[in-house]
Amino acid sequence: MDRDVCDLHGQCVFAAPELFRFRDDGELEYEEEAAGDLAAAARRAASLCPTSAIELRD
Amino acid sequence: MTTLRRIVVVGASLAGLRAAEALREGGFEGTLTILGAEHHRPYDRPPLSKGVLLGEVAMDELMLRVPEDLGAEWLLGDPATALDAGARILRTRGGEEVPFDGLVVATGSVPRRLPALDPEREGVLELRTLDDALALHKALRHASKLILVGSGFIGVEVASSARRLGVEVEMISLDPPLALAGAVVSDVCRAMLLDHGVGLHVGRSVSEIVGSDGVEEVVLDDGTRVGGDLLLVAVGARPYTDWLEGSGLVLEEGVVCDASLAAAGAERIVAAGDVARWPSRLLGGGSLRIEHWTNAVEQGAAAARTLLHGPSSDTAFTSVPSFWSDHLGTRLQSVGLPLLGDRVEIVAGSVGERQFVAASYRGDVLVGATTYGMARALVPYRAALARGEPALL
Repeated sequence: MDRDVCDLHGQCVFAAPELFRFRDDGELEYEEEAAGDLAAAARRAASLCPTSAIELRD
Repeated sequence: MTTLRRIVVVGASLAGLRAAEALREGGFEGTLTILGAEHHRPYDRPPLSKGVLLGEVAMDELMLRVPEDLGAEWLLGDPATALDAGARILRTRGGEEVPFDGLVVATGSVPRRLPALDPEREGVLELRTLDDALALHKALRHASKLILVGSGFIGVEVASSARRLGVEVEMISLDPPLALAGAVVSDVCRAMLLDHGVGLHVGRSVSEIVGSDGVEEVVLDDGTRVGGDLLLVAVGARPYTDWLEGSGLVLEEGVVCDASLAAAGAERIVAAGDVARWPSRLLGGGSLRIEHWTNAVEQGAAAARTLLHGPSSDTAFTSVPSFWSDHLGTRLQSVGLPLLGDRVEIVAGSVGERQFVAASYRGDVLVGATTYGMARALVPYRAALARGEPALL
């Protein structure tokens, strides 16, 4: 996730709470790996990011 | 199921692009053609009323990322003008005839127009496309006072941008600002607009534009005269289905679809984004059409699945609607369908401080939640809506 590009919309948290979370300080934290069923959730989160801050790598 | 050799996506914006991506991800290996009315490759529309007007967004930043291996044929700058759903062919303004096995209709929406406000007139603009935004950006550099007709998202966002550019703003609208986001939000937005020096004329419409060459002032329906040298018409959008008249598709303020976004009255034609009207599970099967960015993303992908697998209970489209709007130094965000509610509860923050979450309930059922500036506090409400009974009604 590109934190310079992330604008903290939280769409990834909405779409894939199992992978993305808001920290208490308001910043985002996320799982680096998303295998199996979680891969689809990661793709959904990436496609819903308003600033395209999430990149998926194989 | 008939083999799909050629799929055509009409609409080269967010919903069309997401549909094209999902077709490839879903294993479609045939010919994929994307038609766009504009000359531009897919770009992101939300910045058009904000960063583009402020000159803060470079063109390459605005473009949506297109996967390198998408393998699509692009026909841009040549809008589709007619469809024959039975013969499975469409025509473009440039005279191209494009046959297809499968079709994605993603032609979005176009600005609503008012008889008294002719966008052909010098000094009268509307905002939908990148070219519109560049024209408005240029006009704002020379304008001293902007007359904004409309107080929806575009109106409020442009008002915000114009004030940052030092341009005076007079906002004229029948409804209070952001009335579509509910009374709590509307009242806060109204107060913020006033704080930013925006002149508000709520409950009024424009009867006439005055100006020998361009715009000098407008006359409102109560006779009030409001001066300004630039006028933006931002009175909402309508689904762009003009090209589908006589096509065989069922049109009722949008393309009428089934629960899987398959177009009624046709085979292997789907619709996505602003243009699609579908029976929503959230409304217990009642018809819904949504113009939000996230809806274009989700429906693009869902419509592609329906095209590849055929409509079934597995492909029924369901999601929690969501939108945002950045304006006046803050961010409005909403999940669910808050307007279905009959009562609102402030569950975090404070309305007085203009930073709060308002949860909307219909009886005891949570139907939506809206926040100014507290995205994180919206998360549990989004989760509850996703978990909850599908029907909000």
